[in-house]
Amino acid sequence: MNEYVITAENLTKSFGDFTAVDRISFEVRRGEIFGFLGANGAGKTTAMRMFCGLILPSSGKASIGGFDVYRETEAIKRNIGYMSQRFSLYDDLTVQENINFYAGIYGMSRKAIREKSAPLLKQLGLEAERNALVGSLPLGWKQKLSFSVAIFHEPKIVFLDEPTGGVDPITRREFWQMIYEASDRDITVFVTTHYMDEAEYCHRVSVMVDGRIEALDTPGGLKKSHGAASMNEVFLQLARKAKRKGD
Amino acid sequence: MRTLIVIIQKEFKQILRNPATIKLIFVMPILQLIILPNAADYEIKNINLHIIDHDHSALSRRLTENIRATGYFRIEGYGTDRKAARHAIETEKADIILNIPASFERNLVREGKSGLMIEVNAINGVKGGMGAAYMNSLIHRFNSDIRTEWTGDERFMQAGTIGTTSSFWFNPEMNYSFFMVPGILVLLLTIVAMNLTSINIVREKEIGTIEQINVSPIRKYEFILGKLVPQFILGMVAMTLGFGIARLFYGIVPMGSYLTIYLFAAVYMFTILGIGLLVSNYSATQQQAMLASFFIMMIFVLMSGQYTSIDSMPEWAKWIARVNPVTYFIEVMRRVVLKGAGPGDILPELGIMSAYALLTNSLAVFSYHKRS
Repeated sequence: MNEYVITAENLTKSFGDFTAVDRISFEVRRGEIFGFLGANGAGKTTAMRMFCGLILPSSGKASIGGFDVYRETEAIKRNIGYMSQRFSLYDDLTVQENINFYAGIYGMSRKAIREKSAPLLKQLGLEAERNALVGSLPLGWKQKLSFSVAIFHEPKIVFLDEPTGGVDPITRREFWQMIYEASDRDITVFVTTHYMDEAEYCHRVSVMVDGRIEALDTPGGLKKSHGAASMNEVFLQLARKAKRKGD
Repeated sequence: MRTLIVIIQKEFKQILRNPATIKLIFVMPILQLIILPNAADYEIKNINLHIIDHDHSALSRRLTENIRATGYFRIEGYGTDRKAARHAIETEKADIILNIPASFERNLVREGKSGLMIEVNAINGVKGGMGAAYMNSLIHRFNSDIRTEWTGDERFMQAGTIGTTSSFWFNPEMNYSFFMVPGILVLLLTIVAMNLTSINIVREKEIGTIEQINVSPIRKYEFILGKLVPQFILGMVAMTLGFGIARLFYGIVPMGSYLTIYLFAAVYMFTILGIGLLVSNYSATQQQAMLASFFIMMIFVLMSGQYTSIDSMPEWAKWIARVNPVTYFIEVMRRVVLKGAGPGDILPELGIMSAYALLTNSLAVFSYHKRS
């Protein structure tokens, strides 16, 4: 279980003379739930976009699922799932049509999609809404569906960018239940969040401040080393050092 | 291939589910084709005429009747009051004043000649000029009519006259809808193609789904083809609908083959779709895309020879018209529909259009980046 699926070494991204991500280095193991914390503007989204092959790094090394972030971005894309801050299913397509589309562009056959979507819809409790337009669903259901669609093609790694923003606590708990199930299936979960209770659920957590990783450990380890009672305190201690203004 | 089919399926579902696009594709062409050819043509009718008749003779009344009978003039006023006539021109009620002097009939009978005066409101230069020309030829004909009556057949007259006989080719009845409808069909196809594509991709940018596409293994050409093919099919459907209306309402059946038209239309569509894609690549919001394609459409339409004759444009404007793809399609469309041109006759235009299609689409693929 010590196989690394994400490795970063001095990975840096600059925009002009602004260094959004400043020499970050870490590894993530297969099946791990890795929490990627940081205040707004700390550089989380930029780092994640580099891992997903959406932007090229300025310097440093990184590999995702064994593929290089400079040269093998298309191979990376075949092996990851991604759920952005913005809701990214099509409101004017039905639940089933969204599944068909996203699974289809990852090359899944019609038969495989059909076989897999029935139990999924049952698990999500969306059997009755199968042919309803996604736009008509409540936000919590949309987010759970988004996540399910992001891992429908069984990627090695799934990147979640603030997946539970604006979602009620009950749905958030259910959402994390789904993340655990994915992790049990050996899907590595790389997640950013602003909810510190969610940080406690992660196997390991990194905290980014001004483009650098200031701390990286298990939630328990971080609390111990910072003499804090909760992840919230840890985060506040670290984030106060930030000189950069959030956006 | 499977990816492409999946994208095309998704596009069709979204397009057909959106009532606005359905209207754009089906209702707009029908309405435009029914309304525009009847309203927007070069023919000048309803020229408002004010007649000042100081003569009140049989001859002046007969001239008035002749003018009325042509159907081109609407006699707005008739009388002897010069002030009233001036007022009618000033308030835009009249376009032309015809002055019949007091001794019009007497002079003509006694001295063998007489004069009339036409005053024209030239604010609308085309209407005024055409009106004056109509009036002149009308008076000329009236003149020869009475000469024939009074002196017998022109053949027995000493002075010879030159007569002209006109034969109108390709559109013998000088039917304006034959001239207008093919061009309007082209413009419709252009609007449908350009608006749909440019708005479509920008919409994905706005709602954020484009990012989800960009992290997927979809290839650039798959994404762009997946967007182009449905629009292409819809454009063709809109054009077919347009031809149906042209046949039903105006009895227009191309002299050449539909095949020639569709062949050219296919290449043309890809050119316009490419432009639409380019617009969307450089626009961040749907409003931006709308404005940009509206601007391009304005130039395309006004510089295409549909509503204004290219031959009478200044040299620099002719160049714009010459690089305008719409010009080529309208030209080809008129040639095939009215003259019966075949594929061999439109080869140069087809070549140019293919080059355009290649150019715009290469630029579109080149400027679309999955990576920012």
